[in-house]
Amino acid sequence: MSPSPPNRNVHRFAVFTAVCTFLLLIAGALVTSNDAGLAVPDWPLSYGSLTPPMVGGIFYEHGHRMIAAFVGLLSIVLAVWLWRVEPRRWLRWLGAAAVGAVIGQGILGGLTVLFFLPPAVSSAHAALAQAFFCTILSIALFTSPWWDRARTLASDSGRPVVHSLAAATVAATFVQLILGAAFRHKAFGIIPHLAGAAVVTVLIFVLARALRRRFAGVPILRNASRVLHALIGIQLLLGGAAWWSRVYAAPFPQPIPVMVSLTVIHTVTGALVLASTVLLTLICHRIVLRSGARERAVERSGQPSRPRHASL
Amino acid sequence: MLALGLLGCGQREEISESAEQSPLAVNPAAKPLDPSTAGSISGFVRLEGTPPRMRTINMAAVPTCARMHATPPTIGDVLLGDNGALQNVVVYLQGDFSPYSFSPDTTPVTIDQKGCMYVPRVVALTTGTALHIHNSDSATHNTHPLTHNNREWNETQAVGSAAVERFFSRPEVAITLKCNLHPWMTAHVAVFSHPYFQVTGQDGSFSLKNVPPGTYTVTAWHERFGTTEQTVTLAPTGEEKISITYQAGAG
Repeated sequence: MSPSPPNRNVHRFAVFTAVCTFLLLIAGALVTSNDAGLAVPDWPLSYGSLTPPMVGGIFYEHGHRMIAAFVGLLSIVLAVWLWRVEPRRWLRWLGAAAVGAVIGQGILGGLTVLFFLPPAVSSAHAALAQAFFCTILSIALFTSPWWDRARTLASDSGRPVVHSLAAATVAATFVQLILGAAFRHKAFGIIPHLAGAAVVTVLIFVLARALRRRFAGVPILRNASRVLHALIGIQLLLGGAAWWSRVYAAPFPQPIPVMVSLTVIHTVTGALVLASTVLLTLICHRIVLRSGARERAVERSGQPSRPRHASL
Repeated sequence: MLALGLLGCGQREEISESAEQSPLAVNPAAKPLDPSTAGSISGFVRLEGTPPRMRTINMAAVPTCARMHATPPTIGDVLLGDNGALQNVVVYLQGDFSPYSFSPDTTPVTIDQKGCMYVPRVVALTTGTALHIHNSDSATHNTHPLTHNNREWNETQAVGSAAVERFFSRPEVAITLKCNLHPWMTAHVAVFSHPYFQVTGQDGSFSLKNVPPGTYTVTAWHERFGTTEQTVTLAPTGEEKISITYQAGAG
């Protein structure tokens, strides 16, 4: 628990920034799907201006830049605000890291334009976007009243412990998003992305099963299990639909709405899958005690403690 | 990943540094062709089977472009003449031309941007020949060749601006030319280090003249139907006629 009550306005602002970042992810995915990545040949200005004519692909590319600039501004305000009011030092630094990430993200975006969309840079731009989104969401969680109130609700004696399982799922999902971005940016074919999908699906099912079986009395974890199942199911369907739309759209002279819509939704649903696993990992660390840790705590205090099963 | 990206950028820069106008022959001992022994290879390219359906381009998102057409235009990647004659096929020879020196064609090859389309859609030229890209539209365009062996660029052409002039330094079949403002705009540029190539016209015909005697692979490239090859042996002053046929299902 933080020494002083959390600043609710900071939390609300962090949530607002996260929502705007999600819109930014949609805008970025629209740029790629509409083949508009090089519609604006210069950077950081667009055609030497802040207000180029919003025609053709410029609408998507410059629109993406404007939303990115706004999110960058929001993240700076959030970091400064955290620095001024947040007593937790590590959280202040997390806000600063978010600013660093958004600056790095802008530079990667510029490089990908100036060097004509090199697949590695474009993929890195897409991957850092996901990491930034998760950072902002984490800040929103850390500044929430829930985080401040939360106590240990359960202990985990299963193997592997849910903390490790969740962290492994985060790592696999992040790698999978990189593979997806690399496929979209033509770094390599679909096979690595399909293999990644299989790994992530298995991990999510194992994680969801562990949550359901080990923490049936903890509503937030039980619900998380349902959310994970729903998200991975939707994402797999969207992945198949996005692939079909690419094949269907191949003979058309331009990106067609069905392909653009399905690939964009698939991309941002991927971001939601990653975000949900990241938040779940953090929540597990907050409310689930590792069994070994509990025993060590008992040894230190000399008093047995039993995990509560409160509803959250 | 960033390091990989920057490495990729470095490789691209390596291409751009040496992307200067270059003579066609690289063999210092190369000599001009003896015209008294030269022959020709000519023929037709046809498409057999039911031609693929031509999709219309939706320009509704860019009213300036849409207004230039009374009815929505089609892609134009498969253009047929009489009896299945196939237009816009790049026919060229592959063989050992190193003993011969060729002068670069000094006549520029021109592509216009008209009605938010490239006209013509397929061109071929030699290394060192100028490519002029005009903008006759009342819309801004950019030209962006998706090169593998040549220098890539992404240059904007405002309404009424001067033609973009570019040279390619290495052979490449074929470079896709895109306008990133209007994603339907596509052209193809084939680049050769010798003069033995032609793009078929409405009648699907081609004629490669002043060819030194020898054995060659006659290669045809079409953006939709791909590449097909035939081997031809040309005798001194010989005139070989060949027929190239694509199957419609191949696209």
